[in-house]
Amino acid sequence: MSKARLMQGNEAVAEGALAAGVLFYAGYPITPSTEIAEIMAERLPRIGGTFIQMEDEIGSMAAIIGASLTGVKTLTATSGPGFSLKQENLGYAIATEVPCVVVNVQRGGPSTGLPTAPAQADVMQARWGTHGDHPIIALTPSSVQECYELTVKAFNMAEEFRIPVIFLMDEVIGHLREKVVLPDELTLVNRKKPTVPPGEYIPYENNESMIPAMANFGEGYRYHVTGLTHTEKGLPTGNPEVTRKFMQRLTQKLDPYLDRIQLVEEVQLDDADLIVVAYGCTARSVLEAVHIARSVGLKVGLFRPITIWPFPQKQLEKYVDRKYLVVEMNNGQLVGEVERLFGYKAVERLNRIDGELITPKEVLDRIREVI
Amino acid sequence: MANQEFLLTGTGGQGLILAAIMLAEAGISAGQNVAQSQSYGPEARGGASRAEVIIGDAEIYYPKVEKPDFVLTLSQEAYKKYGLHLTEEAILIVDNSQVSDVKPRSKNYYSLPITKTARTQFGSEQSANVVALGVVASLSGNIPWENVRQAVQQRAPRGTAERNIKALELGWQMGMEAGKVMNSGINEVGLD
Repeated sequence: MSKARLMQGNEAVAEGALAAGVLFYAGYPITPSTEIAEIMAERLPRIGGTFIQMEDEIGSMAAIIGASLTGVKTLTATSGPGFSLKQENLGYAIATEVPCVVVNVQRGGPSTGLPTAPAQADVMQARWGTHGDHPIIALTPSSVQECYELTVKAFNMAEEFRIPVIFLMDEVIGHLREKVVLPDELTLVNRKKPTVPPGEYIPYENNESMIPAMANFGEGYRYHVTGLTHTEKGLPTGNPEVTRKFMQRLTQKLDPYLDRIQLVEEVQLDDADLIVVAYGCTARSVLEAVHIARSVGLKVGLFRPITIWPFPQKQLEKYVDRKYLVVEMNNGQLVGEVERLFGYKAVERLNRIDGELITPKEVLDRIREVI
Repeated sequence: MANQEFLLTGTGGQGLILAAIMLAEAGISAGQNVAQSQSYGPEARGGASRAEVIIGDAEIYYPKVEKPDFVLTLSQEAYKKYGLHLTEEAILIVDNSQVSDVKPRSKNYYSLPITKTARTQFGSEQSANVVALGVVASLSGNIPWENVRQAVQQRAPRGTAERNIKALELGWQMGMEAGKVMNSGINEVGLD
């Protein structure tokens, strides 16, 4: 293990991305994500990579898709207002199955909202911000150490499953500085490349793995990339049967891999009468509240989705016949997924939307009310 | 050691966030767990600024300061906001070159010429944050001098390390002396 060092959440994301092998960053700086761009601007040119400050977030998203098609790992970072602008091209990356990582350090919204204050109100935007049926992966860290390790996993998932991965942070974790110990060894995953010669390559092949091999632009594999619904060859089609097959594979392609994608942390759940569901910064408040509650004999535990999309339903639904409380810094977004499992009458809420982190005391008070 | 919570408050541009980063860095090199955060407005300078540090052996779940053990105020506005509603046990450090209107406090109160010291010693207020860091770190009694010195050396802006180490020494000394006066007072009460 390396020496312990002080690191900021955003810095840990940048370091994690570099460790994962990122070589291209395009972005438009915005609080509270700017440190990621600053570090990338300094570091990427030194290792032969590219940093571009684009004219806006639409261009930034387009640039990381284009760069990824040439075979490099790509990253962009933004906050709410910029995340809105990225949605159209995010859909393009999903439809064309181009790996990339999109960081959104959430701040208060809607619109320009509270630039320097935290929120967790882009949870549903991360899931459904772009139009059309589509799969997505969204990961959400709750410590600086996790920012580093989870960023590496975000790149691995993007590469393995040919999908944009949303790294959904919040201002608290993005700007928090904590002790980080960098692991000596990391598992890195690279996209699967075609093994056939260029003439035989089928870029969107409907194969058993659901994830087609991906050729790098510039290496002799000529193929067509379009946001239009396409055939296995990548050419536009309106044929219902081809469309159905394409959509079926696209929307179900993560299903065989859910066990590896859906990461959760479970704290003192086995005997818990009350399960508190929380993620990101809010999970830190809940963790403290759970420890205090346990010390006075209240049977409470924390279920923390690290992967929030696809929502880890299987991991949560095994805890039947308990009480449930969902704590989040929005007016109730992820709570819908918990209600879907246990019924809306069985699920309590604690929300805060004033730009201040929910305190352990607020959580504890709510725990006492609902347990 | 039990976790100690620090609140460093003042105006944007005074360098309090940097001082908090240095304090946290010192905590890490002393082998402790730390959490450092801040809140500030959208302006680059001016506006209220608050930097927070938690240092200690115990795991840090909630990363923000809840019940500060040390509160530093470098502006009248910050004093009004953070200096008035503290528990008896919290140690309040007021920069008397910036804060003139204070409410008497029976104990754990230090009124020190932090900004003035920087101004008279270096002809600029720029190192007042590091003088303040020296005061706070020495009063905490839990972070070794060498770790704080190293942190300042590493994090000081280019070309300012020497001046800032000097500022740290002045602050550390100021904290030690203030602590001595206070402790002897407490001891006398104890002997009665």
